[in-house]
Amino acid sequence: MSSTQMITVTVNGQDRCCHVEPRTHLVDFVRNDLGLKGSHLGCEHGVCGACTVEVDGRIVRGCLTLAVQTEGCRVRTIEGLSDDGDVRDLQESFVRNNALQCGFCTPGMVMAAKELLETRPNATRAEVREWMSGNFCRCTGYHAIVDAVCETLAERAKKRAA
Amino acid sequence: MKAPAFDYVKPRSLAEVFDLMARYGDDARILAGGQTLMATLNMRLSDPKILIDITRLQDLSRIEVRPGVLHIGALVTHTAIESSALVAEHAPLLAAAAPHIAHRAIRNSGTWGGSIAYGDPAAEWPCCLVALDGTVVVQGHGGQRRVKATDFFQDLYTTDLKPGEIVVGSEIPVMTRNHWCAFDELARRHGDYAVAGLAVVAEFDGTTARKVNLGLLGMGVIPLRAPRTEALLAGKVLDAGTIEIAAASLKAELDPLPDLTHGADTKRHLATVLMRRLLSAAHASRAALAI
Amino acid sequence: MNTVTTPNLLNADASIAGTEVEERPKIDHTDKPLPPVTEDPRYIGSSSERPSARKLVQGQGTYIDDLELPRMVHVVYWRSPLAHAKITRIGLDAARKAPGVVLVAAGSDVAKYCKPWVATLAHLAGMKSAPQYPLAMDRVYWQGEPVVAVVAETRQQAEDALPLIEVEFDELPPVVDMETALDPSTPLIHADLGDNLCFTRSLNVGDVDAAFAQADAVVGTTFQFGRHTGVTLEPRCQIADWSSADQKLTVWHSFQAPHMMQDLYSRQFDIPESNIRVVCKEVGGSFGIKVHAYPDDFATVALSMMCRRPVKFVADRLESFTSDIHARHHRVTARIGVKKSGEIVGFEMDDLTGIGPFSMFPRTSAIEGNQVVNLVGGPYKHQNYRAHLKVVFQNKTPTCQYRGVGHPIACAVTEGLVDMAARAIGMDPLEIRRKNVIPDDAYPATGASGIKLEVLSHEACLRKIELLMDYPKLKAEIADLRKQGIYRGIGFAALIELTNPSAAFYGVGGARIASQDGCTIRFDPSGAISVSVSVGEQGQGNDGIYRQIAADAVGVDLEKVRLVLSDTDVTPYGGGTWASRGAGVGGEAVLLAGQALRANIIKVAAIILKRDASELAVRRGAVVDAKTLEAVLEFPELGRIAYFRSDTLPADFTPELMVTRHYAQRDYPFIFTNGVQASYVEVDPDTGFVKLLKHWAVEDCGRVINPKLVDEQIRGAIVQGIGGALFEECLYDENGRLMNGSMADYLVPMSGEMPDIEVAHVQTPTRSSQLGAKGAGEAGTAGAPAAVMNAINDALAPLKAEVWSQPITPEKVLRALGKVS
Repeated sequence: MSSTQMITVTVNGQDRCCHVEPRTHLVDFVRNDLGLKGSHLGCEHGVCGACTVEVDGRIVRGCLTLAVQTEGCRVRTIEGLSDDGDVRDLQESFVRNNALQCGFCTPGMVMAAKELLETRPNATRAEVREWMSGNFCRCTGYHAIVDAVCETLAERAKKRAA
Repeated sequence: MKAPAFDYVKPRSLAEVFDLMARYGDDARILAGGQTLMATLNMRLSDPKILIDITRLQDLSRIEVRPGVLHIGALVTHTAIESSALVAEHAPLLAAAAPHIAHRAIRNSGTWGGSIAYGDPAAEWPCCLVALDGTVVVQGHGGQRRVKATDFFQDLYTTDLKPGEIVVGSEIPVMTRNHWCAFDELARRHGDYAVAGLAVVAEFDGTTARKVNLGLLGMGVIPLRAPRTEALLAGKVLDAGTIEIAAASLKAELDPLPDLTHGADTKRHLATVLMRRLLSAAHASRAALAI
Repeated sequence: MNTVTTPNLLNADASIAGTEVEERPKIDHTDKPLPPVTEDPRYIGSSSERPSARKLVQGQGTYIDDLELPRMVHVVYWRSPLAHAKITRIGLDAARKAPGVVLVAAGSDVAKYCKPWVATLAHLAGMKSAPQYPLAMDRVYWQGEPVVAVVAETRQQAEDALPLIEVEFDELPPVVDMETALDPSTPLIHADLGDNLCFTRSLNVGDVDAAFAQADAVVGTTFQFGRHTGVTLEPRCQIADWSSADQKLTVWHSFQAPHMMQDLYSRQFDIPESNIRVVCKEVGGSFGIKVHAYPDDFATVALSMMCRRPVKFVADRLESFTSDIHARHHRVTARIGVKKSGEIVGFEMDDLTGIGPFSMFPRTSAIEGNQVVNLVGGPYKHQNYRAHLKVVFQNKTPTCQYRGVGHPIACAVTEGLVDMAARAIGMDPLEIRRKNVIPDDAYPATGASGIKLEVLSHEACLRKIELLMDYPKLKAEIADLRKQGIYRGIGFAALIELTNPSAAFYGVGGARIASQDGCTIRFDPSGAISVSVSVGEQGQGNDGIYRQIAADAVGVDLEKVRLVLSDTDVTPYGGGTWASRGAGVGGEAVLLAGQALRANIIKVAAIILKRDASELAVRRGAVVDAKTLEAVLEFPELGRIAYFRSDTLPADFTPELMVTRHYAQRDYPFIFTNGVQASYVEVDPDTGFVKLLKHWAVEDCGRVINPKLVDEQIRGAIVQGIGGALFEECLYDENGRLMNGSMADYLVPMSGEMPDIEVAHVQTPTRSSQLGAKGAGEAGTAGAPAAVMNAINDALAPLKAEVWSQPITPEKVLRALGKVS
């Protein structure tokens, strides 16, 4: 019963072919099988958001998703996002606002914020707070994170208007 | 924790699904979005031999208008419902409730069918479905059955699903010009399971409420209706006096289970507060139309 | 057909994406700048970027669970499901045969390697506790106590083996009610101790009875504070690596005080201290949870010795809830006496706190209650104070220091009473505080409880917060909205916070916890500097401020500073992070080392240039003429000569371009800080739900080294305090079992419910150091619960309701309003 299955999945733009146990969480797969340690484990209940990764362009909880479910999918982690530069402006804004302290929640926060930037380009501050409330941070108290996301929204809005 | 070991299969057809279910019985679990199942497995509260992933069955992921009903397939995600123009037009109650469901990452994966099949009395979809007098469509080897939502949820996490059956979708009567609906819930934090929640679906004739459906979540072992209170409201204008009578009736009709931080009395009270607010809003809205 | 979405209590949104239009009074967020501590000050006082920020935002940090060592195995602990029981049988054979299992061990196995400990401190007179072992021996004392260790090749395999462990118990009645813990009929947890009392203390200063007799009003109540816990997002974790060949232990630990653990491993395992290395990498949040020595820490080390392989322990979230330390369960009955003039004449309080079955090692579980006694009434000038404390054992998760340690309780009690007093005499809450705080020109002062206060600025902070929040405008707004049936309130909390501790905190009690710290700075040949400090980084930004201080002290660009932290093999010996000492103590050591290195650089330059040292100075990576500031010798050139061309230097001269300096704060037992917070809330009287509209904090932590980092620490600390005030509680049933030990049921603050938080500063430097920096990490947590509770009670005042029990849930509000029974 602990036999493995072969999956073919594109991770951060690279096609991977791996043997995994069906029970392996997607987040454990990227961390342990692929060495992508940027996605973190905080609860394994699906509540804290530290494991948030992207599958086929949408954020999911890496602890509530099985690696075998991502057969044929495109998975992106914080490493891929950072290398591609998709959210360089957001990441710069995080640094500028010190919207991270211990950094453990940060990759999940960036992932969640990215989907907001893409799907809610006109979000208000209150809407940003609500959207980000799926990611737990114990260090920052959230104010600086909300500032960073709002700053990025405003900058992107300005660019669109120009 | 890590989930216990299990096998995994992703069938191509419903027939294959039913075969597997017949073969494994209780040792199998259906995997769609997995947002509830995986959390359960990660806490090692369950130890299935095999997960049957049904997400290859793309027929089950459609939202369609059929004569008089909006059909929502079991595999439609919460996010898809949240952003669907068809839902916004024909079942706006669901569009109103969707943002309350957990958080975006969960909504991207979690499914309509998964929520209905699990039947959590604190969840939004079962509550909305009973308020809408919807129908659950289930299917097994023997074919499809249609079960009224109000008959489908029977006990805590117990539905009318028979062994070997899965939820394939549901049908919701489309809203008309004379319908008014609203959803509200009180949760300690956005996205949490609510302490109390109410879905109101009412059919009006001018400012007279011909029929008022009250769907309650967090009040019992199943998503509830409040038939005695609904009967008091039927045929009335929802003015302050009527609402007070309804509030007293609802208090008497409900027998909520306490949770860790809210006693039964508190839950009852919160249910009446929600009802007062939504019915007042309904009345104000219909009165404004009448001007 | 119409729909209605969730009604909003507050409209605060603007129409422009991401922006918010808000009118604010013009205010200087930081006081006028202090005189510099260095020549050519560039970085101290500025919001320079933290060195680790860039890598963390790209997911390139290294946390303990990211490390994989050769032959590493994983341990999972089988923990007691019962709160109190005798162990009658342990069956490990089935588990030993499970796939991948390397080792299964129980209490007696581990006890062969590791001594038991008793967590008491000599200066807490009469304190007692019982010996504790890494794994339970013949009894279990709390639900969550580790009993059996399963070590396997993978984490999954270890977890798979857990159900195969057989443990049989004879249940014993658990002690779960602290109110009755000392009743004669309550079972004894430790028969040898004679009762369930860990520590008691009484304080009687002045004459409270006489003062109260003369008061115009004596008001009080019973305050309740719910037990809660830290919930660091990265759970506790470590890798213990015992090298059997050379008998050396390396522990990779997510931790705040590596030297402390080095000392403890040495003594508990009888290994020479210098054979032990403790290394911390990135720490994903600690807040005090990771400054204590847990039984499973010792067990993991023992397991590595037993199987002679590195053993990794990562606490699962579920086990974190029953195994991380808890804190803050207090019932405080207290009173305040006040005259019509507004003068507070005295405080009286009785504090009962329920800890676990053992005092926690090595900092003890009596410190929190002891601090409540020391701190009630803290900001005020009354001379009459009576306090009584009882710390009692229970069969629940052990408790110990967690961010703020007693301050949140003391501040909530004090500030709640002050508001009650204000209402009793019809005085404005800000006014009564102005009248009673120790004046800014009255220092040094001694508080009624005996605490020594170097210099505080309560009056200045009160003035500042009034402007910052535009208090008159808010009061008018509240009055207006009340007419419309909307209930908003303002709550203040004046606070003091102990920081920069001396050895009076732990050292005097016999604990080998360093209150001194050191810094070594090495001048590298390229002209950069490597800075090694004995205080580490857990997210607060110590790495940032040490870089800034070193850069200014030595005289180099920020980018030329490299930091080495958190490795007992490499750094100076010191105490690490606790009691808000990173900036004030660690920072001072950095400053002293930097100044010493600068002097040595000039000495070398003087020799090379054949000039007098008094004619030279350092500016931005070069030695310069002290008068003209023209560069006369660039650092890389000095480095080249000093390191590679000693043949060109005089025979009697050796460059010493690596210096170490230590610092301990010895002027006062603690350097206190002060601040004031304000919370603005709206209470829905129908639902009992509370909406946090805004929060303000004016904090005086002395010299602010990096305003952005300090402000963010204060914000995070405030939200952590709000957690205890409104959401967080460890709920136990009558059998001593935790009922809400998961992230779904234990409610931590998330962004949706938190307010924007505005922070400003007053800067009153401490004279106990050159840097003048005081601590800032815990003040937010100290004051937030008091401010929020006072705001809620202010909102409820017209409805004649009040709530004094935290966390303040909707049900408690509804009960206070008489809307539910």
